[in-house]
Amino acid sequence: MKFDTVIIGGGLSGLTAGIELARAGRKTAIVSTGQSAIHFSSGSMELLGYDRDRHPVENPIEEIAHLDPVHPYSRLGKERVIELLKRVKPLFEETGVKVSGSHQRNHWRLTPMGQMKPAWLTLEDYLTLESPQSLPWKKVAVINVDGFLDFYPRFIEAGLRQRGVECLTASVTVPAITHQRESTTEMRATNIARVVNSESVNQLADVINRTCPDAEAILFPAVIGFDNFEASRRLKELVKRPLHFVSTMGASVPGVRTQLMMQSYFRCIGGAFMLGDTVTRGYFSADGRRLLSVETANFADDHLEADNFIFAAGSFFSHGLNSTPSGVFEPVLGLDTDAPDDRSAWFDKNIFKPQPYMRYGLTTDSSFHAMRGGRTVENLIVTGASLSGADALREGSGAGISLLTALNAADTILTSKN
Amino acid sequence: MDYQQANISDNNFENCTKCTVCTAYCPVTAVNPDYPGPKQAGPDGERYRLKKPLFYNEALKYCMNCKRCEVACPSNVKIGDIIQAARIKYSTKRPSLRDTMLANTDFMGNMATLAAPIVNGVLSLKPVKKVMDATLKIDCHRTFPKYAGQKFTTWYKRNAAQAQQQFANKVSYFHGCYVNYNNPSLGRDLITVLNAVGYGVLLLEKELCCGVAKISNRLIKEATRDAEVNLKAIRNAVSTHKAPVLATSSTCCFTMRDEYPHLLHLDNAEVRDDIMLATKFIYELLEKNQIKLVFKPGFKMKVAYHTPCHMEKLGWTYYSTSILRMIPGVDLTLLDSRCCGIAGTYGFKKENYRYSQDIGEPLFRQIESINPDLVATDCETCRWQIEMSTPYRVENPVTILAMAIDADATRKANSIG
Repeated sequence: MKFDTVIIGGGLSGLTAGIELARAGRKTAIVSTGQSAIHFSSGSMELLGYDRDRHPVENPIEEIAHLDPVHPYSRLGKERVIELLKRVKPLFEETGVKVSGSHQRNHWRLTPMGQMKPAWLTLEDYLTLESPQSLPWKKVAVINVDGFLDFYPRFIEAGLRQRGVECLTASVTVPAITHQRESTTEMRATNIARVVNSESVNQLADVINRTCPDAEAILFPAVIGFDNFEASRRLKELVKRPLHFVSTMGASVPGVRTQLMMQSYFRCIGGAFMLGDTVTRGYFSADGRRLLSVETANFADDHLEADNFIFAAGSFFSHGLNSTPSGVFEPVLGLDTDAPDDRSAWFDKNIFKPQPYMRYGLTTDSSFHAMRGGRTVENLIVTGASLSGADALREGSGAGISLLTALNAADTILTSKN
Repeated sequence: MDYQQANISDNNFENCTKCTVCTAYCPVTAVNPDYPGPKQAGPDGERYRLKKPLFYNEALKYCMNCKRCEVACPSNVKIGDIIQAARIKYSTKRPSLRDTMLANTDFMGNMATLAAPIVNGVLSLKPVKKVMDATLKIDCHRTFPKYAGQKFTTWYKRNAAQAQQQFANKVSYFHGCYVNYNNPSLGRDLITVLNAVGYGVLLLEKELCCGVAKISNRLIKEATRDAEVNLKAIRNAVSTHKAPVLATSSTCCFTMRDEYPHLLHLDNAEVRDDIMLATKFIYELLEKNQIKLVFKPGFKMKVAYHTPCHMEKLGWTYYSTSILRMIPGVDLTLLDSRCCGIAGTYGFKKENYRYSQDIGEPLFRQIESINPDLVATDCETCRWQIEMSTPYRVENPVTILAMAIDADATRKANSIG
């Protein structure tokens, strides 16, 4: 099969690049081994949350100047980062995913453990705060769902109390959820979201309206709205007090929704999303400078040929990178990685210290092209978590890197001569 | 290290990270709390069953074997296979008379086509449905697909077999039970299209049911026996004609490619890649410019494509939808990929009927909102379910292609006399 571009990896980065290219009329395919890490989203995205010393960052753009020169943001350069950032919100808007927030100033989000963390963009129905101290109420109710396994109001209560807010806790249910609860192990956020239909949203709003009547606002686990915003918007309308969703543990409903909406939009504009397929091998030109085609498990000898390829398969978590005691490697195409051979250099024995392996990724040239055997592969661009140079979890930069390097890769392909 | 890497089972269950993504896409979990869900029924339960078989839970029978858990799994765990293999290995319940009847598609089909008008009439009578509901637990809301008066194979021998010999290029066709007993016109449509582009269509020396119904009703010995017959015929066909064996049913195709080795432990490695969907074969010829299609002028049709579960697992939706998109005048909508609820014989059983309809509900609503002229899909049981549950007609993409091409002009364009 022939495409203009084949993208390996269907997460935030792969989908973003795919949407940009398909929208420009390019024949684009995304190959994705199962569903992506967006399924574990907190409901917020981070651009840059913490500085080198783990102090929260107020203005992420200013902080970019202090990053290592090998960091993907430094390599893009501040001007380019600002240029690309302007395209992010409209992109989400286009797919139907509404987010709030600004790259000029981080806001704060409430974690399922009751802590506050800096964030860049947050889905419309979540609680966002100007600062960790700026809680707008004196008394709030944290209302859980009976039998739900992945949400702990007591943690949130403890966190809010520390900030001087009185916290009531309660638990509610409606018949559809009670029915689901007969399978105790399946009381996960995504399964609850799938059984709450419009009738049960009405019932849920009624019972919430009757619960903790003297609380000024309601915090509720993000278990509403599996593949669109209809149910969560309706619940917020029907509940008479301000209702904010708080992220839960485990597979995340807003994450699934974001993935499905982006996936569906990509398909809608003509993209081919090959879910549940895995790239098993790459075929390179004789001089190794071009990737000609990839073989996948499902398409076997009908190789996916393309002018350009994007590697967005993620890092260790998503199997874009792998390791054995003798080395860190990219398992499918044999691309070069930025990691020392000596295993003792990969980690710090103190688990709370920064771990060097978190920064490992693929080696790339100045325009993010992959390298293989020390040579640039001219038509293969690396994006997102597969890039080296950032400790995304520690500094809070995962979504930003995924989005910006994907937009940049799409631009590189759209402006290149072939 | 080597020890760790060498200890990965065939089903890959050690790679499960307990992320629960599979449960989010299981059609059954959302409607039936008696089903423990793919994670619990699959890799989690397997750990217990390996210790003691008494941990086997009969509720695993609610698994429809749709494999959507496997498609969603980021860690490549063969969740559906683990569950089906556990049913085969540990279940002590013997298949009922009803399950045996539903699973024996060849026997039932051969009997029914002998007296098709009578059987069709009788099976659609309300009192008969009530009796079947009460005695056999076949839900009275179901209507069996109509049996054809003449089997596809009979028609083929009388009307088509000879003409196929004149083609230099030949392929084999695994028609499946549905084409043979219920919808021979789909088989004829495939022959029309392939003959027009210069390919003769041969049948296998012997063909039995692919076995999907027997596997899901745990008639494993019978399924294995049939599968061996099919594999032998496929091997002979591939080696004689050096050409693939095509199917027009995504489920037959998937079963012979993947369920034979995974669940029946039959080695099909040498022919697996030669078993493919007709739309894949046609797409590849078109892409390599080896054939040309000429379409009827003025052909117009609004089509909605439904991705059957086993098509999703094969990963070949792209072939069927690309062919439909090539037809000028076809306005194609790709429906969200989700289960229609029927899962072969599953939805015919009284105890599953309600779940089956609940699962399909979002799909039915989406089809209604699009209001297409025709729904296209590659699976016959999805077709029954959609036709029973919505007012829309459903056809295989090959039939739509046959409707859209100008066969004479196509023959000329491919220099076929």
